[in-house]
Amino acid sequence: MVKRWYTLTNYLFILPALLLFLVFGLYPFFKVFQLSLMSWDGISSNMQFVGLANFVEVFTQDKVWWSSVMNAAWITFLALTIQNGIALILALLCANDIKGGHVYRVIFYLPPVLSGIVIGLIWKWIFRYPDGILNVALVHMGLKHLVRDWLADPKTALNAVAAVHMWRGFGWGFVIFLAGLQNIPQQIYEAARVDGANAWQRFWYITVPLMIPVFILVSILTILGSMQIYDIIAATTNGGPGYHTEVPVTRILASMQGAGRFGYACAQGIAFGLILLTVSMLQLWVSNKMKRE
Amino acid sequence: MKRLIISAGIFMSFLPFLLISGCSLSPKNKINADPSKTVVMWHWLTDKEDALNELAREYYEKTGVYVKMEVFAPSEAYNQKIIASAQTNTLPEIYGILGSKRDFANFVKAGHVLKLDSYMEKNNQEWKGRFFPEALKSVSFVSGNEFGVESGIYGVPIDVINIQYIYNKKIFREAGLDPQNPPQTLDEFLAAVEAVKKAGYQGLVSGFSEPWLIDCMASNFAWNIMGEEKMIATYRGDVPYTDPDWIKVFSIIERMARAGVFASGVVIKSNKDAELEFALEKDAFAFNGSWAVHVYKDMNPEIEIGIILPPKVSNANPRGVWGGAGTWFAVNAKSDKSQMAVEFLNWLTQKEQQVRLAKETLSIPAVRGCLESVPEELKGFLSGMKYVYHPRNFPVQEDSVVVEAFDKGLQSIITGEKTAKQVAEEVQKVKARQMEKKRQKQNNTAS
Repeated sequence: MVKRWYTLTNYLFILPALLLFLVFGLYPFFKVFQLSLMSWDGISSNMQFVGLANFVEVFTQDKVWWSSVMNAAWITFLALTIQNGIALILALLCANDIKGGHVYRVIFYLPPVLSGIVIGLIWKWIFRYPDGILNVALVHMGLKHLVRDWLADPKTALNAVAAVHMWRGFGWGFVIFLAGLQNIPQQIYEAARVDGANAWQRFWYITVPLMIPVFILVSILTILGSMQIYDIIAATTNGGPGYHTEVPVTRILASMQGAGRFGYACAQGIAFGLILLTVSMLQLWVSNKMKRE
Repeated sequence: MKRLIISAGIFMSFLPFLLISGCSLSPKNKINADPSKTVVMWHWLTDKEDALNELAREYYEKTGVYVKMEVFAPSEAYNQKIIASAQTNTLPEIYGILGSKRDFANFVKAGHVLKLDSYMEKNNQEWKGRFFPEALKSVSFVSGNEFGVESGIYGVPIDVINIQYIYNKKIFREAGLDPQNPPQTLDEFLAAVEAVKKAGYQGLVSGFSEPWLIDCMASNFAWNIMGEEKMIATYRGDVPYTDPDWIKVFSIIERMARAGVFASGVVIKSNKDAELEFALEKDAFAFNGSWAVHVYKDMNPEIEIGIILPPKVSNANPRGVWGGAGTWFAVNAKSDKSQMAVEFLNWLTQKEQQVRLAKETLSIPAVRGCLESVPEELKGFLSGMKYVYHPRNFPVQEDSVVVEAFDKGLQSIITGEKTAKQVAEEVQKVKARQMEKKRQKQNNTAS
């Protein structure tokens, strides 16, 4: 009897958390799925069941949607390579007890704590044509031929937005890499030194294998964060010029607010979630395979 | 120690009073109204907040009915708020609806909007007769509209707006142009831009990252070239976007872009950015609405502006400018205080209140006969009211996917990425696809 009472009490304790999860986690998830099967304007009480028609449109007809996915994928690719590459180099430098290392840590961690909208506005000003800091600097460096309207030029807009995103994001990777590097026991490096391993060998044969779990974590966070980029785009280009900086989140919003197609927007949201899930699982599988090898 | 404890005790005993007094309304705004005589009004108009609050206070003193104003800004947040409230049936007695006519129709069809014809037509149409007809068109549905809404009036405009070309008189003088004789035709306009550029200024700025502004500029040319009937026929699908008249519309934007009319980065500028740039006197022209006068004057009280209609590009039809009701409010049909809400809006649109609103918020009244109250800077916009139209008031609306392709295509023309002909063909492809979808949907419904 007493045992049953204890069990009941335990369940009673988790009940508030369970209720919150059901109401704010599980219910919205199933509601979005339900809405994705409907044609609904978002306001009226009448919804028309359309089956998988919204998904068929997302996957087979909506070219703009897929070009927005490709734009986000390109930004993600740049973030995975350049952003994380820079983050790793800086983390390696700071892990080596360089002079003023603590100051650098604070400086590198500043961009991620700023609001994306603020960062977007600052960089919009830096990229401004013809008198933004970047263009003025190019003129002073004798590179006048490179001066352009970086955010409004269809050829450079996406990369310019990606650059801003990477500037904002490298601080996260830096902090996680640094924590990972500091967890590697120094004795292993000392033993390698005694055995005559040079700096590259120490990095390749000690640091890289021991950092694989950290690489996996940073990669997954980078993929999820970059594919869902929105605030920087809203503050800089609003998806333009044309469709050149459209990303999935701006398309979902356009379906919801511009076209009043809530059902279709929900289908886009689910399709996007599936894409992210697939990419993350793939990434995890590849990383685990690498770890085993 | 004892002194410290006594000080802390005194402070703690006063703390609740300090907190309560901090949370309370200032004496000026404090109204202890009877809840049964209180109606709630939601809006997003931070610039009109003080004026509306003051008018609500006056109305309370006069009638005992308190209209509690609640502001939700910016407009995007407000829009989300009313959509969520509509879904949960928690809309207030009075609220504004932002967005397209389709959104408005959705609110009406969901039973959230009171039909106002019976109130407007009382006493020999006394209330209805006050308004500019264009203002009422924006808040009405005509019979046989494509949304299936019962024809009638569903909103109360409190001001009117229109969108025209605004020019900087000081820059005109510096460029050797006569501010009293601004350009009227496209050739004159291009020549004026060339002159101001030689004087070191940019041509025209606008917030073309917000698609409705670029859409507005192009549709004004379409209105002038082909007129209302052909535009409606296009939306209905009877005239393709590859029609020579539409290609002419796209070509005008192309010609303007090639002539360097548009300010740098215009396709990614928000209207707020564009307003700031024009107020800082970097550009000779702006394409913006009547509300902008207030904004420019706030940012730069010294700025001297003039207003012109869109450049004339054809003699076939009169020129047209987008416009109609600026700010308007709907009454919640599901509220048991809807009668009180209607009475307040009726009072708010009487001449005396309209004059006050116009003077205090630099806006154009929605009712006629207030000419003397319109601030000098807005007279150009007021005279433009006779050219006002809005595609939203057409019996047929263009599909939102086609509108997006049209607006994005115009951006591509401005950046030089695509030609007028290419964009016309692309927009037509999207139009054909959407028409096919519509046909399939109709067939499915019929079967």
